[in-house]
Amino acid sequence: MPETETMTKVFARPRSLTEKRFTYCPGCHHGLITRILGSTIDKLGIQERTVVVAPVGCAVFAYEWFRCDGIQAAHGRAAAVATGLKRANPELVVLSYQGDGDLAAIGTAETVHAANRGEAITVIFVNNQIYGMTGGQMAPTTLDGQPTTSSPQGRDPATMGHPLRVAEMIAALEAPMYVTRQSLYDAKHITQATKAVEKALRYQVERRGYSLVEIVANCPTGWKMPPVKANEHIAATVTGVFPLGDLVDRG
Amino acid sequence: MPRGKVVIDPERCKGCGVCVATCPFGVLEMSSTYNSSGYPVAGAAHPEQCTGCALCAQACPDIAIEVYRGVGARERGDG
Amino acid sequence: MRQLMTGNEAMAEGAIRAGCRAYFGYPITPQNEILEYMAAHLPQAGGAFVQAESEVAAINMCYGASAAGVRTMTSSSSPGISLKLEGISYLAGADLPCVIVNVMRGGPGLGNIAPAQGDYFQATKGGGHGDYRLIVLAPSTVQESAELVGLAFDLSDRYRVPAMILADGMLGQMMEPVALPPHRDPATLPPKPWALTGAKGREPNYIASFALDPKDLRELNLRRHERYREIADREVRWEEVETGDAEVLLVAYGTMGRIAKTVVRRARGEGLRVGLLRPITLWPFPYEPIRALAERVRAVLTVELSAGQMWEDVRLAVEGRCPTPFYGEMGGVVPTPDEVLQEVKRLA
Repeated sequence: MPETETMTKVFARPRSLTEKRFTYCPGCHHGLITRILGSTIDKLGIQERTVVVAPVGCAVFAYEWFRCDGIQAAHGRAAAVATGLKRANPELVVLSYQGDGDLAAIGTAETVHAANRGEAITVIFVNNQIYGMTGGQMAPTTLDGQPTTSSPQGRDPATMGHPLRVAEMIAALEAPMYVTRQSLYDAKHITQATKAVEKALRYQVERRGYSLVEIVANCPTGWKMPPVKANEHIAATVTGVFPLGDLVDRG
Repeated sequence: MPRGKVVIDPERCKGCGVCVATCPFGVLEMSSTYNSSGYPVAGAAHPEQCTGCALCAQACPDIAIEVYRGVGARERGDG
Repeated sequence: MRQLMTGNEAMAEGAIRAGCRAYFGYPITPQNEILEYMAAHLPQAGGAFVQAESEVAAINMCYGASAAGVRTMTSSSSPGISLKLEGISYLAGADLPCVIVNVMRGGPGLGNIAPAQGDYFQATKGGGHGDYRLIVLAPSTVQESAELVGLAFDLSDRYRVPAMILADGMLGQMMEPVALPPHRDPATLPPKPWALTGAKGREPNYIASFALDPKDLRELNLRRHERYREIADREVRWEEVETGDAEVLLVAYGTMGRIAKTVVRRARGEGLRVGLLRPITLWPFPYEPIRALAERVRAVLTVELSAGQMWEDVRLAVEGRCPTPFYGEMGGVVPTPDEVLQEVKRLA
């Protein structure tokens, strides 16, 4: 690129990410969230003390994307694993990366109690309203009426309950330092979500305590929508059920 | 000379089209080429319009885009 | 100096002295004194104590703390250990050391809180999913409870295999004088280069039990089973009492092992040639010593607080060399020495 020789590189792959290609589907927000985390880890200079706790789900390989120490947790148990890591070595920056089935169904107890104890960890909650890896089944966050492979006629609140609002649930507790819900459906929201992730990690570095960043994300494959349309669906519909913004900021 | 330039790694691109929808200046389009995984690859159809704002790169889920800016252009980007 | 302690307290103090610096537990009888002792004493030793929201959470906290390179322990009793099995399988699959104490009670289900040995299969044959083993140590006195916890940490670290202390409600609750092992400074323990301490000046360490490619997962399993063979070759431990001229050999462990010692003494008092082999490691099981004794005794009587679980291993050891009768109690009923002696007299 002779032309670029005279130019300045203003955007490149974060140094704290490995060169591995993501295994996610085209347009999936998991990759974007990983990039934002990598950029933030770079910015805060914490790559050498960060441990990434990966969930079971599409992000099962999450620990391999980071040039940081990493660990794979049993389904739903990431917050407990993160608790063990942080209590054993408070110098570590512990990042628990979880999806909605992992965090809000099978791992509800671990999620709530880690938050209630105010564990000094950062939880990144990817809410895409579906079980992606297992083939698109209903999640606790699936919208009313949303068809999935295990709710083919659409989620019927009469027998399946309503979408679980995790950020509101965690915000009701006294211990959490920072609880926010963000999205990535356009450039403005990507910038806001990046700032939220930075704040959540910074609060941990400053030993303030527990943070949860819920990210209303897409699942183009599970939703059977092209990626751009899936992002539009978040803006038009999903954020109506999961309102965006900070719920708690005690920092 | 354009103020900015995007370099897309065709092997990382999965053809999702989010960068095309994100670019405010209509620089990017889906090209007619496919990478070794069979994904159609995005490309700069109108490179002369590029300002190096990096919004495309920030929205790319596969970190397939690097962005350059000409000397004197305002520093930006969180890469 | 010896001091009077319960088995539960001795295991907790033994763990702290062995360098345990992270304990995670959930209340369940008859092991609550371990949790309570850790709550009172581990923070003073600079360790982390968390009363978890469940046994599931506790074992996963151990998984995290162990990954951080710290000696970690959890304790529970039978129904709680069932809940921990998922986490135990992950510890085994990720090659993480950990000590798990099971103060067994009557089962199945909620059962009761009386001493029992019905979790032998669960402890020694895997219990959770996948091809794995635990190192299983069975103390029979309060003194041994304090000592075996330290051994469990050493073996677990050395082989990167989780270790279980298989005790029971009687041992956990009884008081005996104990000479406690010396304190060990965690800083002097062998280093763990695989631990998650931050990727500073080295490539990242990853800890997982996950390998999508069957050939990779087979390789991980094969390497682990090499270590299991090494453990089986080197780490079998047992105690023999009056086996030299024995005509009837008792095999019993834990609380039943100490009752069996009394049986041997009383039988000898009546002129009966009775001996005892008490396994200290239940896995690896002392197959060879039992096999050798089976060559020269008339019968090998297995006595357990269960329907006959270790009995299967005893029969595998004896392989038909002599009769292998069984005497057991269930539901938390503990036989008296005289009841066992009557059984022995039928064989002698």
